Amino acid sequence: MTTDSNLSPLRLPRPAPLLSRGGWAAFLAALVAVCAAAPLLNLVVPEGQLLHLSDYAVALLGKIMCYAIVALAMDLIWGYTGILSLGHGLFFALGGYVMGMYLMRQIGRDGNYKSDLPDFMVFLDWKTLPWHWALSDSFAATLILIVLVPGLVAAVFGFFAFRSRIKGVYFSIITQAMTFAAMLLFFRNETGFGGNNGFTDFKRILGQPIATPGMRMTLFVLTGLTLLGFYLMARWLIRSKFGRVLQAIRDAESRVMFSGYNPLPYKLTIWTLSAVMCGVAGALYVPQVGIINPSEMSTAASIEMAVWAAVGGRATLVGPVLGAFLVNGAKSWLTVTAPEFWLYFLGALFIAVTLFLPDGVVGLVKRFRKGDASVEEKTS
Amino acid sequence: MTPDLLEQGAERVAAHEALVAARGRHTESGGREAGFGRPVEAGQVDVVHGRILYLDDVSVSFDGFKAINKLSLDIAPGELRCIIGPNGAGKTTMMDIITGKTRPDEGKVFFGSTIDLLRYREAEIAGLGIGRKFQKPTVFEQLTVFENLELALKTHKGVRASMFFRLDSAQSDRLAEVLHTIHLAAQVTQSAGTLSHGQKQWLEIGMLLMQDPKLLLLDEPVAGMTDEETARTAELFLSLKGRHSLMVVEHDMSFIRTISDIVTVLCDGAVLAQGTLDQVQADERVIEVYLGR
Repeated sequence: MTTDSNLSPLRLPRPAPLLSRGGWAAFLAALVAVCAAAPLLNLVVPEGQLLHLSDYAVALLGKIMCYAIVALAMDLIWGYTGILSLGHGLFFALGGYVMGMYLMRQIGRDGNYKSDLPDFMVFLDWKTLPWHWALSDSFAATLILIVLVPGLVAAVFGFFAFRSRIKGVYFSIITQAMTFAAMLLFFRNETGFGGNNGFTDFKRILGQPIATPGMRMTLFVLTGLTLLGFYLMARWLIRSKFGRVLQAIRDAESRVMFSGYNPLPYKLTIWTLSAVMCGVAGALYVPQVGIINPSEMSTAASIEMAVWAAVGGRATLVGPVLGAFLVNGAKSWLTVTAPEFWLYFLGALFIAVTLFLPDGVVGLVKRFRKGDASVEEKTS
Repeated sequence: MTPDLLEQGAERVAAHEALVAARGRHTESGGREAGFGRPVEAGQVDVVHGRILYLDDVSVSFDGFKAINKLSLDIAPGELRCIIGPNGAGKTTMMDIITGKTRPDEGKVFFGSTIDLLRYREAEIAGLGIGRKFQKPTVFEQLTVFENLELALKTHKGVRASMFFRLDSAQSDRLAEVLHTIHLAAQVTQSAGTLSHGQKQWLEIGMLLMQDPKLLLLDEPVAGMTDEETARTAELFLSLKGRHSLMVVEHDMSFIRTISDIVTVLCDGAVLAQGTLDQVQADERVIEVYLGR
């Protein structure tokens, strides 16, 4: 090796902090907004006042925060690792169904048929609980299963797909097919998931009534905290060498292999983690919207998840969270004012983002900032 | 036990008996009988027999086209071997076989005397100490020069190790040293995608150096470099010789003249000629394949 005798002192870049100072400020602001401002404005400030946060807004924001978790999960696997999954709707639904089963059991004898069994089972003339409902009475088991079921499905599927080196559009198509197959399975009454009606009419959670303002707020705060927690975790992962290996896999997988990394465990880890995040989001979503049915596994639902990430900006963690808020905000507004235009809008949005904003909204902001900076440089 | 397995067994017995009969002849290992008092360490390259890479009768065909045809080649530790040959001679395919990207149909590929490379996958082969530079410079374009080198650094490469990885001071020094060697110290925080073609080549070579491999396979390392960069690369390779074994595939004859001891000419997937550059350039068969048939 040619080592210069006079090595000029070289400053190597230091590892980036978890969050920048501005980042921490924004994070704390979000934390305060979720944990203090929202409950205060919703529960304490009386209705009719200007600052009152309506129940409708709480429900909507809570739902969108669940979607934001999904967008974050999508970003880890698609934005950073370059693996486009069109099957995240499945993991979201799996988490949701696990939670839904628990909530169905919590109804107890308050259903229409006053039976120990959930209504749809009485309707199907079933006498006993099917085997896969065995753990649905226990909240602790439910919490574990929310992580375990999507995680296990993703791990098994991912292991075989990644081991066979299935990549790109083929992987996307297979995930889509798997989700569609699962939807057909869940549609059937015999599988014991309530068929096309799914689960609804929930009465209580942990023995407490579910439809009170207090419970709604509790779920809202819980969702917000989960989102912020996942954000920090994603940030920690991405700024570690693990995160850089993921990006390296996205950019040049063969170089990663010839650098001595086996991509399989890396892909599998982030894929499974991403699925678990979706499962948790689904479990938080179900008690807030009060229903889960197989439409969550429809093709369109999974594609929308990709749209959130793309609109916000792939490979930036803030972007997809922002994208989820923007797209779903627009959705809830448009489906009220002009319901027939929503799908056209969504399609046009995806095309516009693909053509003009490859880096999403965050990319646009960055471009403007850079433009300002270069203008300033020229003038000064 | 199938008849052909029995037959193969019989063949092996016959081969072994022939070997026993021939024993006593002077060999490169000093006539020593193999297998006595020399423990084999797993994963350690054994170069006692004077060979770090050993290809024997390797063949591979793609859809009936014999890309490699009974190729036998070996490289000594510390040697800098140049490989030349017309397009389609199988140079890149040979590297694919050594690094585990392509499985040969038949033949043996050994790293040292004990490691059968055909049993390993790409990442494991890289971990054993074989580094490879691609024909087209392949770096992580979205990452900075620093991050590219850091990823290549020789260390534990599992998921958990990567999550909790921190550069220690010895590793930082090593990284700084490589940065100077490849003349990219000024670009350390620049993203690799913004480098020039020649700089990307250098970065990829730098990544190989970070891996600290025992054997480097370099596929057209000076393609797209300026004359000055080429001269620097030659200097670098000559300084690596001795401590690392290098296999360089190049078309640039003046570059090869600068660095080569022994040149191997590949043609149609087999070795056509071997010797110093002057020797092979004087070889009529070599002239024929290069100047057209």
